[in-house]
Amino acid sequence: MVSVTVHRSTMTSAPVSWVAAGGAAGATLRYALGEWFPEAAGAFPWTTLAINVAGSFLLAVLLSRSPRPEVQALLGPGLLGGFTTLSAYSEQTRQLLDSGDAGLAVLYVAGTLAACLVAVALARRVR
Amino acid sequence: MTFLLVALGGGVGSAVRYLVAQRLDAQLPWGTLAVNVVASFLLGIVSAATLSESASALLGIGFCGGMSTYSAFAVQTHERGPRLGTTYAVLTVGLSLAACALGHLLYA
Repeated sequence: MVSVTVHRSTMTSAPVSWVAAGGAAGATLRYALGEWFPEAAGAFPWTTLAINVAGSFLLAVLLSRSPRPEVQALLGPGLLGGFTTLSAYSEQTRQLLDSGDAGLAVLYVAGTLAACLVAVALARRVR
Repeated sequence: MTFLLVALGGGVGSAVRYLVAQRLDAQLPWGTLAVNVVASFLLGIVSAATLSESASALLGIGFCGGMSTYSAFAVQTHERGPRLGTTYAVLTVGLSLAACALGHLLYA
C-alpha cells in the first residue's frame, strides 16, 4: 500500500523526468533526420525548417487534445520541444549572413516563422 | 554512440528548458525566451570552437537543440495574439540571433 502511494506521488511530482525522456527521443529523431537529409553549409536549411514546422503543427494538435499530464509532459515539452530547435535556426541564419547571403538569411528567418505560425493556425482549425 | 550523446544532451537540455519555463513563463513567456536566447548563445560558441564530433553532438545537437524550442515558441506566439505575439516573436528572433553572433564572435 505504502509503496504504491510513494510510486504514484513520484509519478505526479516529477513531470521533468517525462520531459527528459521525451526530449532525448526528440533530439535523437532530429539528429537522425539531419543524417538522412544532410544540410550543406551555406545552403537553405530545408531539414531544420521541416522539423520546426512539423513540430509546431504537432504541438498545437497535442495541446488541443488535453492529454493526461504525464503524456503531455512526455510529448509536448519533451518529444516536440526536443525535436524542434531555435538554436540551430539562429546558427544557420548566422552562417548564411556570414557567407554574404543576406537575402537567403532573411528568407529563412521569416519563412520559418511564417510557416510555423501557419502550421499552428491550421492545427487549431482541424482539431 | 553519437545517438546516445545526442539523446543525453537532448534529455538534459529539455529538462532545463522545462524547469526554467515553468518558473518564468507568464503573460510574456520569459522563461522560453531566456532558454532560446541562451541556447543560441551557446551554439554560437560551440560552432566557433573546434570540437570533436562527439562533443558537438552532445553539446550542440543535443543540449543546445534540446534546450531551445521552436514548437513552444510558435504556439505561444499564436496564442498571444497580434500585439503581444509580435513583441514576443521579434524579441525571441532578434535576441537569439544577436546572442548566437555574440557567442561566435567571443570565442573566435
